[in-house]
Amino acid sequence: MAVTTDLAKGLWWRVGPVLTVVAIVLAVWYAAAVWLNAAQVIERTLSSQPGWGALDLIRLTLSMDRPVLPAPHQIVLDLFDSITGWPLDSPRNLLFHTAVTSSATLLGFVMGTLLGAVLAVVIVHSRTLERSIFPWIIASQTVPVLAIAPIVIVILGSVGLTGLFPKSIISMYLCFFPVAVALVKGLRSPGVMELELMHTYAASSRHTFWKLRVPASLPFLFPSLRVGIAAGLVGAIVGELPTGAQAGLGARLLTGSYYGNTVQIWSALVMSALLGLVLTGAVAFAERALTPGGRK
Amino acid sequence: MSSSTASPTVEVQGVSVVYPAKEHTVTALADVSLNIQEGEFISLIGPSGCGKTTLLRVIADLEQVSAGSVRVNGMSSRDARMARAYGYVFQAPALFPWRTVLANVCLPLEIHGIAKEAARQTALAHLERVGLKGFEGKYPWQLSGGMQQRVSIARALGFEPKLLMMDEPFGALDEITRDRLNEQLLRLWEREKRTVVFVTHSIPEAVFLSSRIVVMSPRPGRIVEVIESGLPADRTLDIRDTPQFTEIAHRVRVALQDGHGGDH
Amino acid sequence: MSTVTLVLVLVVLVALAVLSVRWLAAFDERGFVGRFGTPLLFGAWVLVFWQILVEVFDVPRVLLPAPSVIGHSLLVSLPVLAGDFAQTVLHSVLIGLVAGCALGFVVGVLIDRSPFLQRGLLPLAALASAVPLIGIAPIMVMWFGFDWESKAAVVVIMTFFPMLVNTLAGLAESGHMERDLMRSYGASYWRTLFSLRLPVALPFVFNALKINSTLAMIGAIVAEFFGSPVAGLGFRISTEAARLNMGLVWAAILVAALAGSVLYGALGWVERRVTFWHPSIRSGG
Repeated sequence: MAVTTDLAKGLWWRVGPVLTVVAIVLAVWYAAAVWLNAAQVIERTLSSQPGWGALDLIRLTLSMDRPVLPAPHQIVLDLFDSITGWPLDSPRNLLFHTAVTSSATLLGFVMGTLLGAVLAVVIVHSRTLERSIFPWIIASQTVPVLAIAPIVIVILGSVGLTGLFPKSIISMYLCFFPVAVALVKGLRSPGVMELELMHTYAASSRHTFWKLRVPASLPFLFPSLRVGIAAGLVGAIVGELPTGAQAGLGARLLTGSYYGNTVQIWSALVMSALLGLVLTGAVAFAERALTPGGRK
Repeated sequence: MSSSTASPTVEVQGVSVVYPAKEHTVTALADVSLNIQEGEFISLIGPSGCGKTTLLRVIADLEQVSAGSVRVNGMSSRDARMARAYGYVFQAPALFPWRTVLANVCLPLEIHGIAKEAARQTALAHLERVGLKGFEGKYPWQLSGGMQQRVSIARALGFEPKLLMMDEPFGALDEITRDRLNEQLLRLWEREKRTVVFVTHSIPEAVFLSSRIVVMSPRPGRIVEVIESGLPADRTLDIRDTPQFTEIAHRVRVALQDGHGGDH
Repeated sequence: MSTVTLVLVLVVLVALAVLSVRWLAAFDERGFVGRFGTPLLFGAWVLVFWQILVEVFDVPRVLLPAPSVIGHSLLVSLPVLAGDFAQTVLHSVLIGLVAGCALGFVVGVLIDRSPFLQRGLLPLAALASAVPLIGIAPIMVMWFGFDWESKAAVVVIMTFFPMLVNTLAGLAESGHMERDLMRSYGASYWRTLFSLRLPVALPFVFNALKINSTLAMIGAIVAEFFGSPVAGLGFRISTEAARLNMGLVWAAILVAALAGSVLYGALGWVERRVTFWHPSIRSGG
């Protein structure tokens, strides 16, 4: 039927290229796994077995305990085992670590967004503050803010605050900048004509703020929320590094690298990637739900 | 047409607007005086820089005068604005893209604190008046330029102001749409007898729409001549081919050329 | 000094600070003094109050060292910090940034002719921006060792995708009329690319370069949190923080901040020279 062929063609047009690229990546990955792991396999196992062939090599390189590069299926299996094989509150279950990291991220995200919003509103309404603080906020975007993470952990640790709170402070710090900058831009985006229109209605500044500035700022806000939550996730993960935390995806990455457990590292990495996708996807979903009528 | 016994709706007396600029000051308006009676349709016409938009904005309290006074409905222009005495239509529709057409027309009513249901009914009535019944649920970007401008006119009619200020509202539209909108605006004015102050570049438009045409010229901005129209009230677009129309248009053109003193 | 005198002095200083900043903010609107003077004055007052409050309230050094302490640490540890700077910025950041951006740019140009590959790679690039790529650091350490090479590898991965996306967006930016003009001259694909499409793409490329400079600094420093030999700004920050040697930590952060701003500023300077024709540069940025 013409309809189904059109549908199939449309689907292929959208999804086909991505699938092709993914297939290529997987193929290259498997080949790389064989190549990178070969040296160890040959040295440890095969050299003592006479007459080994390519198939033996492939089989062994793709099922090592501590490979240089784990095969994709090894990672998937490890993830599956970790999630299903252990109770949810066990440190052997990746979901436990995911929950730890995501709670810090979300808390930091909420705090950072609120702080950024408040600061943006204040800056838009005060000339003095705008000219004295806003240049610093813009300049601070060029500074590797994440370098501050260890300090925050140590300082807060010295006053007895450990665990969730310091990590969420780091996330908050990272979310706050893009949100503040984008909101200032967005709140100031209405043009002279729209502002004069409100003037002809003798609208109070409260009216102008809520009926004009805030809706006009939403298209600026949502992309920055996506950036903010991705940055917050990075902040939470990095916050788990300095003091050898025991829980969280960053901690898993660190312990994996200390003990040379490659598969664990890759599993934690894939899990963090999935978490990042879920979080930014949620923001994108919220954006679509809150933007009327498909306006860009 | 104009009853000179009642006090004028708009009184402009000796108004000057001077902008200080780097090299030399710019005199947008120099000692301009004009009285507009209730129910008149006044066009301000002239080349760029003649101050017609400045005059409109001064009456609407969107700009300050350097000298002279403006009174609207017996009040200062600022008090008139705070009392929401007029509706203003800009050169571009200036609709809010996040609001539907209906919500856009409701905007001034919301600000004035009118109840939601009453506002909706009023807005729907206005949209029907400008010929956009059925488009309430659409968003601005789904409409053509002419339709968007009609929405902005419906919005300006929103709270039934007696005075309507329009700044080249049809300037960005193609001629065919413009003609149609001119006719609709004229019919609207005839039905409702509001006072309209209309800024335009176009001589045919000014002559077609107005009861009085105010010709202005630049450097400094001033009124050169005020021409009474005298065209019959129930005119249609066909009147543009009559000798009476052509004669008025000719007078306007001559006044414009006189105003420049020949340069251009 | 007695509490009353102290409070009085503080009140006077606060009043002075607020008034001077407000005066300067209202002063020269567009000029140099107004635009740069106000934030600088504000920053100077922040330093003054920081110093006073830390000394008056005897804030423990762990919590917040005074600016004087940081300045002192900076001067004393200059050779160490210089070595860290060379390791992190000159090696990991610059080499990684150049490699990652070059790779992203070249791939962008190469797949310009293949809409199929573009449709395949762009969604992946979008995914990459949502994912904490920094997590790849321990793996890079396993592959490339503890030294700067592994950090540079992290930087390459982090900067590749933004440059790719921006290069493609920039190459798509040239208008239909201009491209038709080149066709009317019988210009080949490569000629059109070099004479028209690449210059039009430059503002986008610079936008990505600036974003990437920040990403590179972050990537290199944070990658060092995962394990580094005996030098590097990230290494210095994390190890000295663990030792509660806060003066040196803040000094290292200051060096990193300065390096980041200078790098960004330098790129901005080059951008203004190369893309002088673009409306955003012409209107004053």
